[in-house]
Amino acid sequence: MKPCLAPLIAAACLAGLAACAPPPQQQAPVVDPYANMGSGALYQGGLPGGALGGEASAEYFRAQVGDTVQFAAEQTTLSAEARATLSRQAQWLNRHADFNAVVQGHAEETGTREYNLALGARRASAVQEYLIAQGVPASRIRTLSFGKERPAAVCSDEACYAQNRRVVTVVTPAGPGT
Amino acid sequence: MFRTLTVALILGFGSTALTALPLAAQDGPLRIEITDGVVEPMAIAIADFHGDSEAAQQIRRVVADDLTGTGLFREIPSEAMIAQPDSFAAAVAYEDWRAVNAQALVTAEVTRSGEEISVKFRLFDVFAGQPLGDGMQFDARAGDWRRAAHKIADQIYSRLTGEQPYFDSRIAFVQETGPKDARIKRIGVMDYDGQNIRWMTDSSSLVLAPHFSPDGRQLLYTSFDSGFPQIRAMDVATVTSRPLTQGGDSMAFSPRFSPDGRWIVYSLEQGGNTDIWLMDAATGAQRPLAQSPAIETSPSFSPDGKRVVFESDRSGTPQLYIMPVTGGEPTRISFGEGRYGTPAWSPKGDMIAFTKRLGDKFHIGVMRTDGSDEKILTESFLDEGPTWAPNGRVVMFTRVTPGGNGEPRLHSVDITGRNMRPLKLDFAASDPSWGPLLR
Repeated sequence: MKPCLAPLIAAACLAGLAACAPPPQQQAPVVDPYANMGSGALYQGGLPGGALGGEASAEYFRAQVGDTVQFAAEQTTLSAEARATLSRQAQWLNRHADFNAVVQGHAEETGTREYNLALGARRASAVQEYLIAQGVPASRIRTLSFGKERPAAVCSDEACYAQNRRVVTVVTPAGPGT
Repeated sequence: MFRTLTVALILGFGSTALTALPLAAQDGPLRIEITDGVVEPMAIAIADFHGDSEAAQQIRRVVADDLTGTGLFREIPSEAMIAQPDSFAAAVAYEDWRAVNAQALVTAEVTRSGEEISVKFRLFDVFAGQPLGDGMQFDARAGDWRRAAHKIADQIYSRLTGEQPYFDSRIAFVQETGPKDARIKRIGVMDYDGQNIRWMTDSSSLVLAPHFSPDGRQLLYTSFDSGFPQIRAMDVATVTSRPLTQGGDSMAFSPRFSPDGRWIVYSLEQGGNTDIWLMDAATGAQRPLAQSPAIETSPSFSPDGKRVVFESDRSGTPQLYIMPVTGGEPTRISFGEGRYGTPAWSPKGDMIAFTKRLGDKFHIGVMRTDGSDEKILTESFLDEGPTWAPNGRVVMFTRVTPGGNGEPRLHSVDITGRNMRPLKLDFAASDPSWGPLLR
């Protein structure tokens, strides 16, 4: 699990570790993504340029911008770290208007199949809203949920569950007619 | 007296035309009561079936497996039998069967002519020394010999338990192959005991959670074939499917038919929020049923078609709610510790089966429709998605083993919590849906 970046997130991390404890607290499905945003403040490191076929490529987006954000167990709230990643995604998408994005939500395996589809959709929607708030036109972003069908890591403990509670932004060049 | 029942053989899967026959009066003294207490299985002797030897042996084995598979019957081994009847028509030597402590006796005869087989059977109460119900005859195409066997076992089960039968039924499921992070899924339909598998989809797109229509002729399921989860309907006999929902900006999944087949209740996601909707199966017209800013999914109709039970996390965690199909305020019914999901209303109407997550374990359980008398039936790393046998006595569900090589298997359990057993399949499978009793 990645280090907690702020007290706000520490609570979420704790909730993540205690994945099976009673729910931390009742909470609105999607917390206001604009609160305490601090966009850019957590921007981490410079980006090596020129690698992987240039900046205007899906490969660059995935490897250098960062295509994945993670969530605490059963949560759909964006962490500070997630918001930093999404701000970079938004900047990249705003620079490359010829790319569209499919935002894919996922959930860990400890949940029922159908609930996890809905949970993944909620996570994808939280990411989509954030990207839109950062200036990416809504028409360029579609959402999709895979629920627990496509885990990124396959072990059955928190190390893998944390990686699987994620939203992946997949960018593709906008073709004619799209 | 002898009754003849023609098992009109099914050529295509699912299209059946079997003449129903009322049971003879069967208030015989021999009965096994299915209760919560520990049950001593009833000792049943299944005499060698007379007639065409290969078919007779095969049919006898299926009848025996059906009965012993319930955990309610114990088969007297053939080696223990003192003497086999000389013929199907011969008088029963009750003393010989009492001597081996058989409580019930089954005799049968199989005849085959060309592509037709005919099976006659009789059931006897050994200690009372009298027949239990009328003898019956089932005629079937040779290729449907398993159905004839299931029909006989259904008759015996029904006469000895007083319950409705369930062996002559089918189960839709999802076969899972490939690694855990790139699973290939395919929908199949099989006999309730895992035999006669027919594939409904190929491996080209991700498919989830098939659900039988009340008549067993259609399956509703969720498919990613457009790239986005949408609901499709499959005609089981012709293996052709059509989309019921269209892409756009929303996802549709978790479909179930109403008991009369006129309505489809399902989950529709819009802008990240998932609600329960109703669709007119004939016109495709859709309207919302249960809406809130929370997740609403996994709906299931009551057998009278008047109410729907579903799962919602509007309280903060997933719990079960019931509401009238005409609309109104949902009533929460689950109040135990933990999270509840995938409710399935029993065909008898009295119980709701569910998935429960408590601590780091998953359970299958049942409760009354007002949430009382909750009973936990199973426990494992991940149990999910109960589906009811047509008689409401047994549920089947998915059990997933943990780890990178973990995989799902189908299991069944009696609603008293006894007789947990895996379904014998030589591949991983999930998402069972138990279809109706075949006619």
